[in-house]
Amino acid sequence: MRLFGHKMSLKAQIGLAIVVINAFAALLVPVIAPYPEADVLGRAWAGPSAEHWLGLDNLGRDVLSRLLYGARLSIGLSLLITALSFSLGVFGGFSAAVLGKTADMVLSRIVDLFLSMPALIFAMVVLSVLGTDLVVLVVTICLLDATRIFRVSRALAMNIVALDFVEVARLRGEGLWWIVRREVMPNAVLPLVAEFGLRFCFTFLFISALSFLGLGIQPPSADWGSMVKDYSAMIMLGVPTVFYPAGAIALLTIGINLVVDWLTSQTAAEH
Amino acid sequence: MLNLVLKRAALGLITLWAASVLIFAGTQILPGDLAQAVLQNNATPENVAALREELGLDRPAVERYAEWLGNAVHGDLGTSLVNHRDVAQDLAPRLYNTFFLALYAAIIAIPLSVGLGVLAAAWQGSAFDSAANAVTLLAISLPEYFLGYLLIKWVAVQWGLFPVLASVTPETSFTERLYMTFLPMLTLVLVIMAHIMRMTRASVISVMSSPYIEMAVLKGLAKWRVVVEHALPNALAPIINVVALNLAYLIVGVVVIEVVFVYPGLGQSMVDAVSKRDVPVVQACGLIFAAVFISLNMIADILAIVSNPRLRHPR
Repeated sequence: MRLFGHKMSLKAQIGLAIVVINAFAALLVPVIAPYPEADVLGRAWAGPSAEHWLGLDNLGRDVLSRLLYGARLSIGLSLLITALSFSLGVFGGFSAAVLGKTADMVLSRIVDLFLSMPALIFAMVVLSVLGTDLVVLVVTICLLDATRIFRVSRALAMNIVALDFVEVARLRGEGLWWIVRREVMPNAVLPLVAEFGLRFCFTFLFISALSFLGLGIQPPSADWGSMVKDYSAMIMLGVPTVFYPAGAIALLTIGINLVVDWLTSQTAAEH
Repeated sequence: MLNLVLKRAALGLITLWAASVLIFAGTQILPGDLAQAVLQNNATPENVAALREELGLDRPAVERYAEWLGNAVHGDLGTSLVNHRDVAQDLAPRLYNTFFLALYAAIIAIPLSVGLGVLAAAWQGSAFDSAANAVTLLAISLPEYFLGYLLIKWVAVQWGLFPVLASVTPETSFTERLYMTFLPMLTLVLVIMAHIMRMTRASVISVMSSPYIEMAVLKGLAKWRVVVEHALPNALAPIINVVALNLAYLIVGVVVIEVVFVYPGLGQSMVDAVSKRDVPVVQACGLIFAAVFISLNMIADILAIVSNPRLRHPR
């Protein structure tokens, strides 16, 4: 199997399979989920049965259905945030590299300021004031992510901008947008795809951690992080329900990491 | 070299100051009014006015920031909006608990992971090396709470070896504390060990391919002497750096672990304060976490400068 013109290793294929399965689950939820996510269907903590493969949860809702709906919210939201922060971070990083000294210094210092603090701590300070609203959550994480993407894409673009063809385009009188899009971008695709995977993982784990702390996505929407929080109390009685959402988070992260590892090694081999 | 160290220390102080501005600004960016937001449903005009006065919101932000920072430097972190108690007094025992847990994890994790990393490098390509590689990759990918609950399920519930909850009190004796916090410590150790081990292995291996190591091997030295006496000292700088960075990470990872094990630390206070919108407590916790994080990052850089033989002995 080939991806981006490179032959995939077995590990990378396993990783890709995990990612694709998760993506299908997230897309096809309304068709494949046996029950609605918020419906109470029976006694709380009822064990697995033929009707409810993974049993019922703390309020008597179907765990499997919630897991599937959770896939949609957790993955969809992380994808949205990563896409937004990526556009912002990559454009900022490339601009800093192309525009030269002054712009680079101003942008880099702003980014340094945000990077000086742990992301989780900063997010918690903001959420304490603005409340755990979905829009606040998206904007905050997006901003925090963008600063980290800025660093990577700036370093990447710095190496490309030093090459002759960029100088030629500049002397030809091309504008910033043209240079970024036509000269820098095509040479940075593979490492950026790897970075996108890593950032997605980070965002996904970050949102899940916030939801787990009760500060992220709010009920009654199902998402994997808050499911871990809701189901964790029963672990003391030996009910393993908590491992379904926690395991789903872990599995997707491992899958993406396998693909990203392979992509990074391909980039290294190319240069 | 002294010059470089002083420069880095000064940069650290500036960063810390910038972080304090960011934390303060973070609680001022509200489009409406902090008092309104804190009171939420109870925001009658009288209540809002009273709270505005209590928070001193009628004064300019710069003045309030100067006062807040000045007090914080003197150890006065203000009073809680929820229980009206002194924040510094409430947080002190929790800060101790958090440091206790982080230090406990660090003391176990650092020697263990550096040692295992050196072994993996010495036996590069062996079964031990590939097993270590697979396990550490897995540990890096797993969220902290997943590891925590796995340990609770098996070690605490199934085998009954350690308590499920690490609810220590100020009266808990030291040995009992070590026992009660064993599982949260183990979770943290597993999380940071993977990074340190991989970095140690990589940097020892990169030194092992240099000509002077080949010379030592050809001289007929025993393998352990080549690795420990010749390779390790030159691989030390990146290892020290990754250790310090992981300690900084420990301080953040501790937030989630404290919630998993219901451990009364600073992280749990912060989570509680955020959900109750107790802004002074959030600010105080944020400032402490940021200060520790920035200091450890600074120490990482300074140690990297100090441990670099080329910078230590300039020609």
